[in-house]
Amino acid sequence: MIVQELIFYAFSLVMIFAAVSVITVRNPVYAVLFLVLAFFSAAAIWLLLEAEFLAIILIVVYVGAVMVLFLFVVMMLDINLVPFKEGFIRYLPVAVLVALAMAVELLMVLWARGRFGADMFPVPPLSSADYSNTRELGQLLYSNYLLPFEVAGVILLVAIIAAVALTLRTRPGIRTQNPSAQVRTRRDESVRLVKMKSEKPRSV
Amino acid sequence: MLEMLETVWTWLQSQYLIWTVLKILVIVAPLITAVAFYTYFERKVIGAMQIRVGPNRVGPLGLIQPFADVFKLLLKEIILPTNANRFLFVLAPVIALAPAFAAWAVVPFNDFLVLADVDAGLLYVLALTSLGVYGIIIAGWASNSKYAFLGAMRAAAQAVSYEIAMGFALVGVLILAGTMNLREIVLAQQGGLFDWFWLPLLPLFVIYMISGLAETNRAPFDVAEGESEIVAGFHVEYSGAAFAVFFLAEYANMILISGLTAILFAGGWLSPFQGWPLLGDTILGQESIIWFLAKTVVFMFMFLWYRATFPRYRYDQIMRLGWKVLIPITLVWVLVAAMMVLLGIVVRGS
Repeated sequence: MIVQELIFYAFSLVMIFAAVSVITVRNPVYAVLFLVLAFFSAAAIWLLLEAEFLAIILIVVYVGAVMVLFLFVVMMLDINLVPFKEGFIRYLPVAVLVALAMAVELLMVLWARGRFGADMFPVPPLSSADYSNTRELGQLLYSNYLLPFEVAGVILLVAIIAAVALTLRTRPGIRTQNPSAQVRTRRDESVRLVKMKSEKPRSV
Repeated sequence: MLEMLETVWTWLQSQYLIWTVLKILVIVAPLITAVAFYTYFERKVIGAMQIRVGPNRVGPLGLIQPFADVFKLLLKEIILPTNANRFLFVLAPVIALAPAFAAWAVVPFNDFLVLADVDAGLLYVLALTSLGVYGIIIAGWASNSKYAFLGAMRAAAQAVSYEIAMGFALVGVLILAGTMNLREIVLAQQGGLFDWFWLPLLPLFVIYMISGLAETNRAPFDVAEGESEIVAGFHVEYSGAAFAVFFLAEYANMILISGLTAILFAGGWLSPFQGWPLLGDTILGQESIIWFLAKTVVFMFMFLWYRATFPRYRYDQIMRLGWKVLIPITLVWVLVAAMMVLLGIVVRGS
């Protein structure tokens, strides 16, 4: 399908541009916004792979929640990026080396022939329209991989509780609100009606 | 003549792209008109609740008022604040508007009137409603104004908090319906008023509506605008057409949340009298798009009703309500819903 290829290349180009911009732009707010764009393009490419659940979860979790908090912090802190960029030239050769190594590894997978070569694995057929990626994932997670899934959940729960426990501290001597006491307040606790006779205004 | 029309018709249906664009127009144009009259409706309803008349000068009964407002806004000058970020300042209203319209792609109006009948429809809606907050944050930051920035901060924290409660409310619907396809969710509620999901999921239904208010930044959760504290919040620097686009986005979102409430909890296009003794056989017992629109209007009216009734929440109260009240209730009720399916109290998918 030519249309699908066009869509794929369009989103790939946008994604590469956004990813490069994340590390090159000066303004940290722009960097976060470009990261959002990169996530968004990645989600679009996943949609083309018929992985609609992963694509939408990427948007809901990363774009909808995590990056909002990122943006929140970056806007509040007014970070100066100049000190971060000081060693840019010095570390550049190492970075280029690592990037090259990864690129070569990726290309080796593409060009490999023989046992692990791309030619050994047929292109997976397009699934029919009523195929639900979400249903398949759910069935796998809650049957074959139930135990690892639950363990991962418990680990996350422990992390949440640990984070709360680490940051929760009761400082003495500060005034806090007690919502239930506020709600329980009755009118006669704070208002006192005083009976008095009406007064005649003094004649002018 | 008729033959020619027919050939044009079949040719149109074969042109997938043009056909889809036409369908989008058929959804978006009434939506924008609905937004215009929703503002009129709001002013009339709140006027009535405050024993006033509301707009009554422009046209009969003031019906042309929304168009007068639109043209006033469009003809006004857009002022760029000094030191504002030009590009993001102009982009922000568009970012706010796009998800509000895009989410309508999966909304089923009746059994066959839906632009994209996708399997992950509910997730898609959840993803798009979570994107709307970017418009507000970017507007607040790009304005280079303290009030706008405060409004953006409040909106961001509020949206992230209430999204969780909203998501869990949707999980309850998923458990009972057994599908994420919005059309199939409606079909899973077959059979009269008391078979819709609002009854077994009553707490989630209420929480969904509260979170909907908070997500759209409407009273009593309108601290992002909070005109008595931070002037007009995130859109304080916006004027003219740019402000109009924010306005459009907010009202389109309200209509969207109302429509989704109708679909998820109130049986969409199904008739409330379906299968009832007398009424079930008459025209009132038939399923039709009119039921869907009527339910949406009822929920739209509730948005206005809340605004006229409740005072604005204090910011810490909003956070406490979201995290300490709504989320625990949803967590418990998700379990209850699962038990209801397990024990056969509610039969899944019927």
